[in-house]
Amino acid sequence: MDPGSYLVLSAVLFALGTLIVLTRRGAISILMGIEVMLNAGNLALIAVSRSLPSASSAGAGGAVEGPVLAFFVLAVAAAEAAVGLGIVLALFRQKESTDVDLARLLRW
Amino acid sequence: MTGLASIGPAVLALLAALPPAAQPVVFGILAGLSIATALVVLLHRNLVIRALFLVVHLISVAGLYALIGAYFLAAIQVIVYAGAILVLIIFVIMLLNLQRESRTGPGLASIALSGVAATALVVFLVRAARDFRPTATSTDPEWGTVARIADALFGPYFFPFEVVSLVLIAGMIGAILLAKRHLEG
Repeated sequence: MDPGSYLVLSAVLFALGTLIVLTRRGAISILMGIEVMLNAGNLALIAVSRSLPSASSAGAGGAVEGPVLAFFVLAVAAAEAAVGLGIVLALFRQKESTDVDLARLLRW
Repeated sequence: MTGLASIGPAVLALLAALPPAAQPVVFGILAGLSIATALVVLLHRNLVIRALFLVVHLISVAGLYALIGAYFLAAIQVIVYAGAILVLIIFVIMLLNLQRESRTGPGLASIALSGVAATALVVFLVRAARDFRPTATSTDPEWGTVARIADALFGPYFFPFEVVSLVLIAGMIGAILLAKRHLEG
């Protein structure tokens, strides 16, 4: 199938993720928006990679670099979620809320 | 349990056997589902329901990966995202007993500004996507299978693969340190 439609879908999903991050104030909602954005990026990577020539000699056409990069994004997203939720727990212990507007100690 | 475990391979086999004429239909269904669930995540009031719709969103994107042919990524997406990260998120929601996260909703100005920014982003990205010209369409049926990805991961990308495992360990230790109540004792 045409990779263009996947790219348009990924653009729409990325914008929806951006909207979640921008409009929500709860830390967990922002993390969920970031997951949506990372997924949209992965979708674009995989869709484009299928219709590009392979850089390595393995494989009869179709770059394998897209899925590999998406795999790394997934692994880093897992680490990000673990650290992010740890920060949410620490924030909740201090403020009794996960509202990110309350964390303004470093704001001048 | 064995019945449940065989659902994934069955779905993958079904998608692999799909005739080319049916691909746009499946793409439309999965794309609509992913956009609709992302909208629920954006708009719904209840945090638990939003997290559950995020699971559906991630699984529909996994279906899109499988439709493209990246079967390994589709399986990993379901296992890592829907299986591990979402469990972690729901666990924290339950632990902190969060129904509504913040007392005040977003202001009207912030909603309007975010809408403008998101619209501009869509226009910019779609214009960039129109410039993309595919140079080689893969006919390799094994393109996104475990064997191909493993050849790349344990071949030319072995060093980044090891670095990612270090990042995961660092993230794990960091999460434990952040979530621990008292560091001494």
